[in-house]
Amino acid sequence: MAIDAARLKSGGTGQSPFLSTAMFAPAVLYILLLVGGPFLLAIFYAFSDARIGNAELHFVGLENFRSILESPSFRVAIRNSLVFTIGSQIVVVVSANILAIALETAFRGRGIVRFLILLPWVAPISLGAIGWKWILDSIYSVISWTLVALHFIKPFSAPMWLGEPHLAIASVLLVHSWRIIPFSTVILLAGRTAIPKDIPEAAAVDGAGFWRTQFQIVIPMMRPILSVAVLFGLIFTFTDMTVVYILTAGGPFDSTQTLPSLAFALGIQGSDLAAGAAISLFLVPLLVILAYFMLRIARRAEVS
Amino acid sequence: MAVVETRDVTKVFKEGHLGAVNHVSFETREGEFLVFLGPSGSGKTTLLRMIAGLETPTSGKILIGGQVVNDLSPRERRVAMVFQSYALYPHLSVYKNISFPLKAQNVPKDQHRKKVEWAAGLLGIGGLLERKPRELSGGERQRVALARAIVREPAVFLLDEPLSNLDAKLRASAREELERFHRSVGTTSIYVTHDQVEAMAMGDRILVLNKGVVHQLGTPTEVYDNPADTFVATFLGSPPMNLVELGDVIVGFRPEHFLPSVNVTGATIPLRFKVDNMEYLGSEWIVSGTIAGGKLDSKKAVSRLPSALHLQHADVYDFVVPTRTLKFFDPATQQRVPEREIQWQ
Amino acid sequence: MALKFSSLLLDRVVRATVLTVFTVLLAFPFYWMIITSFKQNVDLYTMENNPFLFNAKPTLDHLKFLFTETRFVRWLGNTAFVGVVVVAITLFLAVPAAYALARLAGRWGERLGIAIFLTYLVPPTLLFIPLSRVVAFLGLQDSLWALILVYPTFTVPFSIWLLMGFFKSIPRELEDAAMVDGLTRFGAFLKLMIPISTSGILTVVIFTFTLVTQEFVYALTFISSESNQMIGTGIPIFLVRGDVYYWGALMAACLIASLPVAFLYNLFLDRFIAGFTVGAVK
Repeated sequence: MAIDAARLKSGGTGQSPFLSTAMFAPAVLYILLLVGGPFLLAIFYAFSDARIGNAELHFVGLENFRSILESPSFRVAIRNSLVFTIGSQIVVVVSANILAIALETAFRGRGIVRFLILLPWVAPISLGAIGWKWILDSIYSVISWTLVALHFIKPFSAPMWLGEPHLAIASVLLVHSWRIIPFSTVILLAGRTAIPKDIPEAAAVDGAGFWRTQFQIVIPMMRPILSVAVLFGLIFTFTDMTVVYILTAGGPFDSTQTLPSLAFALGIQGSDLAAGAAISLFLVPLLVILAYFMLRIARRAEVS
Repeated sequence: MAVVETRDVTKVFKEGHLGAVNHVSFETREGEFLVFLGPSGSGKTTLLRMIAGLETPTSGKILIGGQVVNDLSPRERRVAMVFQSYALYPHLSVYKNISFPLKAQNVPKDQHRKKVEWAAGLLGIGGLLERKPRELSGGERQRVALARAIVREPAVFLLDEPLSNLDAKLRASAREELERFHRSVGTTSIYVTHDQVEAMAMGDRILVLNKGVVHQLGTPTEVYDNPADTFVATFLGSPPMNLVELGDVIVGFRPEHFLPSVNVTGATIPLRFKVDNMEYLGSEWIVSGTIAGGKLDSKKAVSRLPSALHLQHADVYDFVVPTRTLKFFDPATQQRVPEREIQWQ
Repeated sequence: MALKFSSLLLDRVVRATVLTVFTVLLAFPFYWMIITSFKQNVDLYTMENNPFLFNAKPTLDHLKFLFTETRFVRWLGNTAFVGVVVVAITLFLAVPAAYALARLAGRWGERLGIAIFLTYLVPPTLLFIPLSRVVAFLGLQDSLWALILVYPTFTVPFSIWLLMGFFKSIPRELEDAAMVDGLTRFGAFLKLMIPISTSGILTVVIFTFTLVTQEFVYALTFISSESNQMIGTGIPIFLVRGDVYYWGALMAACLIASLPVAFLYNLFLDRFIAGFTVGAVK
C-alpha cells in the first residue's frame, strides 16, 4: 500500500483544517448560541426595563444598577456571597488537607470510607440541602434533641437553626462546606499521591519532623493542585443558589440572600428580568478574576 | 565519621515468604567506600534503607558508631542519604535545598550561609545557588544532592544508585566526581548499585548480595579473582565467567583467560574451540562458541580477544586456559572448592 | 512510607479519630435519611422520643406513599429521559470536538479548548434569566425539551475538557499506523479512536448523567407543572403540600435519588479527578 505522505501529515495545521473545523464547529456553534448569546442578552436586559409578560422594552441606562446599589438587600446579598464563599472555602481547605493526609495511606475499608465521604458531593445539591433542612428543623432537629439530652440547652428552647439570622448564616455556611469538602479532598489526595515518595523520605533523613515536612515541603509542592481545588470550590459556592433557596429561601428577612438567590427571587419570582439580570452580572467580576487564575495554572502546566 | 554494623538483620515484608534481607551481618571500616552490589530484588536497597531508618528491621540490630540505632529516627542517626532520583525539593532554590537540613536541625540562621557556601564550594556549584532544580542538568543535580548531604557533616553517607538516572556518557564523569568527593571528605559511605563496573571502580570493598543474603564481602580484587561461589563469579565480570560441569565439579574460567594457544605461555589446559558468533567492540572481540572434543565437548564458552586478532566464523581453533586461573566450584552447594587435578580429554 | 507522629500507635489513633469524625459529619445526613424513611410519623413527630431509636416499629408507609401518591416515579422517568437525550447530544457534540482540538488544530486547538472550558465558568445563575426568555420564545416553557436544549451548555464544555486530556494520552503513532494501513483521518477517528476510548467515553456518559441529575436552577426556572419535574426539583418542592413537609417520604426520595448516582460516581472517580486536574499534577 503506497504511503500517502500528505495523509500522514498528522497533528499540524497542514493537512485537514476542513475536517478539524467540521468536527469542532457544532460544539463551538452551540456554545456561542446558547452561552454567548444569552450572556449578551443578560447584559442587554440589565440596561433595560424588561419584565416577564411585558412586550415593551426600553433602554434605561444605569438606572437598574443605581437602584440595586442603593437597596439594602443587595448589600446583604453581596456580603453574604463573599462570606459564604470565602468562609466555606477556608473551612474546606483546612478540612480537606487534614482528610487527605488521613486517607493517604492505605487501610482496610478505605474504599468504603471514600464512598461515604463522597456522598455530600455526589448527591444532588437540592437533596443534600433538604436533608439538612430536616436535621436543622426548628422543632424536630436531631441536633437540638442531642443538645437537650446532653443538658447543654433547656428543653423547648432549642435554637432556630434556620430561623435566626446569625444561626441561619452559619447553617448555610456549614452546608456549603459540607458539600465541597469531599470534592477538595479527592483532588488534594490525588495531588499528594503524585508527590514522589522519596521527597518526604529525604526530608525525614534531613531531619524534618512531621509538621515541618507537611508545611514546608509537601503542601508547597501541591500548590497547583491546591489552586485548582480552591478555584473550583470558590466558583461552585459563589455561583450556587440552591443551598440558600432550599434551606432558607433567602430568609429570615432576606438575611441569607446571596447574589444568585436574589437574582432568582427578583428576576423570576418577581418577574423583574432587568433587576435579576443586573444583579447576576455582579457575579462576573469575581468570575473573571478566578478565570484569570485558572488560565495562569493552565499556562504554567503547558510550560513545564 | 563512624562505622556501620549490622548484626543478623532480617526484613520480611510478607509473612511466610522469604525475607527481602536475610540474616545479614557485616561491618564497615572507618572512612571506607563500601558498595552493596547485587541484582534487583537482592535486598541491597532495603538494607540501605534500614540503615537510614526508613524501614525497620524485622529482627537484628543496626549499629552506627557503636551505638544501637534500631529505635532512632533517621534524623537522630546522623546519616545523610542521596536518593536515586536525588529527591531535590522542586519548589526551593538550590541554596534553600542545601540549607533545609540545617533549618530542620534548628541550626542558628546566621550560620546557614557559611555552611551552605562551604558545601557548595566543595562541589563546585557556588554559582547555582539561586537556581531551581528543574533548571539544572543531571550532573548538577547530583552535586546539589551531595551538597545537601554533606552540609550537615553526617557520620555516614548512604547513596542509593545515584548514577543510574544519568545517561551513559555522563555516568563516567559523574562517577569520577563521586570518587574525588569521597577522597576529599573521607566520610564512611555505603553505595548501592547493580552495576558491577561501578562497584569495581569505586568500592574499597564490595558486599555482594543476592536474594537478601550476603555472598561475599571483599575488595574488588578478592571478589573478582577469588569469588566465594558461582553467583559472585558470574555476577562480576562482563562477559561472565565461563562455567562448565565436569564430572563432580564445576570449572570456571574467565573469557579474558580463554585465548588462542599461540598467544599464551606457561601451564595451560588445551581446548579446541569452534567459533559460533563474533562481536566486534572496537577495543576487543567477544567470541562465543562451542568446545570441540574431550570431556567438555559441545559446552558453550565465551572468549575475549584483543581486537588485533581475527578468527573465522565456524572454524575450529586451538585455545588454552592457564591452569592457575581456573576456579573450581561444588555443584551441590555452588561454593568454591580448592583446586584439583582434572582429566580434560 | 507513612509520615509518622512520635509513634506508630499514636499515628494510628489520630488517623482513626480524624477519619471517624469526618466520615460521621459528612455521611450523617444520609444515615439520617435512612432512619427517617422508615420511621412512623407518630415516632418522627413526637418530641420526647429519642430520634436515634425506633420507638415504634419501622414502616414502609413512606415508601408506599412516595411511590403511589406522588409523582416521584414520573420524576425519575423524566430525569432518566432528559439524562439519556442530553448524554447523546453531549457525545455527539463533544467527542468530535475534543478529538479535533486534541489532534488536529495544533496550538490553536489548545487555546480553543481552554476557551471552551472557560465557558463552563459562566454559571447558570447568570444565564438563567436570558435563557428563560429564549425558552419562552421557543414555546418550550414547562417542557423537558427546554432542559434538553440547555443542559449541554455545561455538560459539553466539561466533557470536551475531559476527553481532550484523554485523547492526548493516546499515542499519535496509533493513528499514523492506521492511516498507513489505508484509513482516512476521519476513518481512523471512527474506527480506531472511538473504540479505544470507550473508557473515556463511558466516563463522559456517567458524569454527564450525574450533572443532569444534580442540576437545579434551570429545572426550577423552566419547569412549572408537577408532572414535568425532575427529581432535583420535584422532591424538595412538590413533596411539600402547603406548609406541610412530608419528611418521611422526602427523605426516602432523597435516598433513592442519590445512591445510584453515588455508586456510579465512585466507579469513575479517578477519571473525574483527571478531568479537573489535567496539567496541574506534574
